Amino acid sequence: MTKRTKLLGLGLEILVPLAAVGVLAIWTSQQDSYYYPPLGDVLSTFNDTWLFERVGSDLIPSLERMAVGFVIAVVAGVSFGLLLGRSRRARIAATPIIEFLRAIPPPALLPFAILVMGVGSGMKIFIIAVVCVWPVLLNTIDGASSLDLTLEDTTRAYSISKRDRLLRVVLPAAGPQIFAGIRLAVSLALILMVISEMVASTNGIGYFILQSQRTFAISEMWSGILLLGILGYALNMVFVMIERRVLRWHRGAHASVLS
Amino acid sequence: MLRVDHLKKTYGEGDAAVEAIGDLSFEVGENEFVCVVGPSGCGKTTLLKCMSGLLPPTAGTVELHGTRIDGPPEKMALVFQEYSRSLFPWMTVRQNVAFPLRRKKLDKARARELVENAVESVDLTGFLDRYPWELSGGMQQRVAIARALAYQPEILLMDEPFASVDAQTRADLEDLILAVRREYGVTVVFVTHDIDESVYLGDRIMVLTPSPTAVQQALDVDLPQPRDQVETKELPEFARLRAHVYRSIKRRQGAAEPEMAEATGGG
Repeated sequence: MTKRTKLLGLGLEILVPLAAVGVLAIWTSQQDSYYYPPLGDVLSTFNDTWLFERVGSDLIPSLERMAVGFVIAVVAGVSFGLLLGRSRRARIAATPIIEFLRAIPPPALLPFAILVMGVGSGMKIFIIAVVCVWPVLLNTIDGASSLDLTLEDTTRAYSISKRDRLLRVVLPAAGPQIFAGIRLAVSLALILMVISEMVASTNGIGYFILQSQRTFAISEMWSGILLLGILGYALNMVFVMIERRVLRWHRGAHASVLS
Repeated sequence: MLRVDHLKKTYGEGDAAVEAIGDLSFEVGENEFVCVVGPSGCGKTTLLKCMSGLLPPTAGTVELHGTRIDGPPEKMALVFQEYSRSLFPWMTVRQNVAFPLRRKKLDKARARELVENAVESVDLTGFLDRYPWELSGGMQQRVAIARALAYQPEILLMDEPFASVDAQTRADLEDLILAVRREYGVTVVFVTHDIDESVYLGDRIMVLTPSPTAVQQALDVDLPQPRDQVETKELPEFARLRAHVYRSIKRRQGAAEPEMAEATGGG
């Protein structure tokens, strides 16, 4: 890529979103509708609400639930995925059950979760974990079961211990697939966090958005939606950065094969 | 030290069964450099996998120092053809070479010494902290050789290790393997389909038949040591051996049924 096209790309990347915001600002300022408050109002509400008045009361609890549920899902998904990926029989036995559980639409579990666990954080963490685990689990199984045959032979020829084989060969080799699953899980965690807070909660971003709508605080409602957008964008960026670091070898090895 | 006794390997069962190795017997002596050469698809890789305990033979045995091999022995190291897939891309050169030593529970200084000596033997000391994919093909294969050497094997099995590098690199690697073999005093079984290579490297050459594989001929190589890419290859004896092996393979290949020659057991 030449310097010029690079500059052009960067320009487009910044200018187009700015233009979109501009159009939105003009459009909303022309609107008489109560439901589309001017962008300026939404932004000042955002400023009043989220910087930083409701951070402790709503943002932090939401992030906490999401983080805990997500971590549980990743740890469980990767651990079971590695084990199932290494045993063909276990995989054959487990696949129908996994496929069935995965097929249940997550919100359908909410009534059950509320019944058993109430409306506290535990229920939300459970829902987030139960839903996020599937992409991580399935991708880990896929990665762990498709270890390159030469690598497999190499670990056997050098009598690498079972533990090292699993943690230092199979796990990193499955890294690219695992990360693909994790990124899916991140967006699922955000969705499930919002849904679970809307259905039954006393705080959280999802709760705040629904409460605002019910009390006709439309600017507040939009500020919550805006926050979620920013949150999703930032989380994805963070994970792209982590992935680039952790899987540097993968991109390097891939590039050297192509060259 | 290594004895292959009436080895037989069949893939599949019933009508679909493919006989890769028919009946194979030979011995490899202490400190010997044996080249195994044969037409492509003659089951060389299968033979190597049976010898290293990676594949169970259908019949017959492989013994190392009189002990039957039923899994990869500790005193044996393997170098594969596909260096880029045999090295761990998420480990540096140092980590790759050190990885098989973890099981040996050596003290840290000793392990470090083994790794650094092995890497020095293949002339890659400056690249200890690089990743394999940052290196050229020939250098990657040298890392694989260093990993095998650091493992301190008595016997080194190599499966067409130089088949996927360019000619110049290949000549360099051939000399390198002769040098490290002298330095480490290790027994080598070297599988190749390259006749020149087998004559240049070997103390003895085993010529295999097309599959189902058997030993067609074993011949001693009486070329002076150390070998030299120019001088050794100028010798009349080199030309004679080369022609001999070549005819031996060709004759058999011509006589064999075409589909027999194509029947594969890998490599």
